[in-house]
Amino acid sequence: MVQSLGARLDASFAALSDATRRGVLEQLGRTDASITDLAEKFHMTLTGMKKHVGVLEQAGLVATEKVGRVRTCKLGPRRLEEETAWIERHRQLWASRFDELDKVVEELKRKEKVDGRKNGK
Amino acid sequence: MDARMESDPSPVKNRTTMERKSERELVTTRTFNGPARIVFEAWTKPELLKQWWVPKSFGVVLLSCEVDVRVGGAYRFVFGHGASKPMEFFGRYLEVTPHSRLVWTNDEGGADGPVTTVTFEEQGGKTLLVMRDLYPSKEALDGAIASGSAAGMGETFEQLDELLVALGASVGRS
Repeated sequence: MVQSLGARLDASFAALSDATRRGVLEQLGRTDASITDLAEKFHMTLTGMKKHVGVLEQAGLVATEKVGRVRTCKLGPRRLEEETAWIERHRQLWASRFDELDKVVEELKRKEKVDGRKNGK
Repeated sequence: MDARMESDPSPVKNRTTMERKSERELVTTRTFNGPARIVFEAWTKPELLKQWWVPKSFGVVLLSCEVDVRVGGAYRFVFGHGASKPMEFFGRYLEVTPHSRLVWTNDEGGADGPVTTVTFEEQGGKTLLVMRDLYPSKEALDGAIASGSAAGMGETFEQLDELLVALGASVGRS
């Protein structure tokens, strides 16, 4: 199904606006889990957890698969985009740090030159 | 009028790259226009670290920075952000080889934190810096990404709301 960017963002942000759902994503980042596992972990009813997982699945953040009688949840296809975005945010963080570090390096080089001259080198 | 004047001396910034090299490793690289001994000094003297670790654009203030750069020595950075609870980052240095290599732990996240190795390699007066964050498992790195993404979302929710209003307005028109 093709969704417009706006609709997709709406679904993602709505899915992420809830603390339990963010917790579920964090949990699934560590390991796959069944709905029953998740319901227990977050002290909820099965029905309540199914609703949360449904919202996350709709947003592409979680994928579920039914094997026998157990529905297993894992991180969904949006995961890869999320990873790329996370790495890019961290890259930018370090890039701005390193731009500041350039200034420190320039300053130290300048001082070394001055000191070198003072010592008659 | 004279366009050349505007394109004057500010030097081009070197590029920072970051990549997930394996299931449990992130690798960052950057070249600095100075010898390794100088770049290393800027990483190991607290008074110099303070000058670059927290650029103004981060919107946080460095409340304290204790750095004891020797094998087994501890470091601790404390950041403040408005009225919210200060964030702490701490660990220990595992290896300190002057001008070429630093290794430290990142202990604020418990056992899932990465071990960071930074190498400084001098080539013709410039220094290639390579930083490797090695997580204990694939799950630990995946978890950091998942929680980082979720937490980042939480922090910027107000801005996102504004963005959504703007997007909603433009999507509504189309």
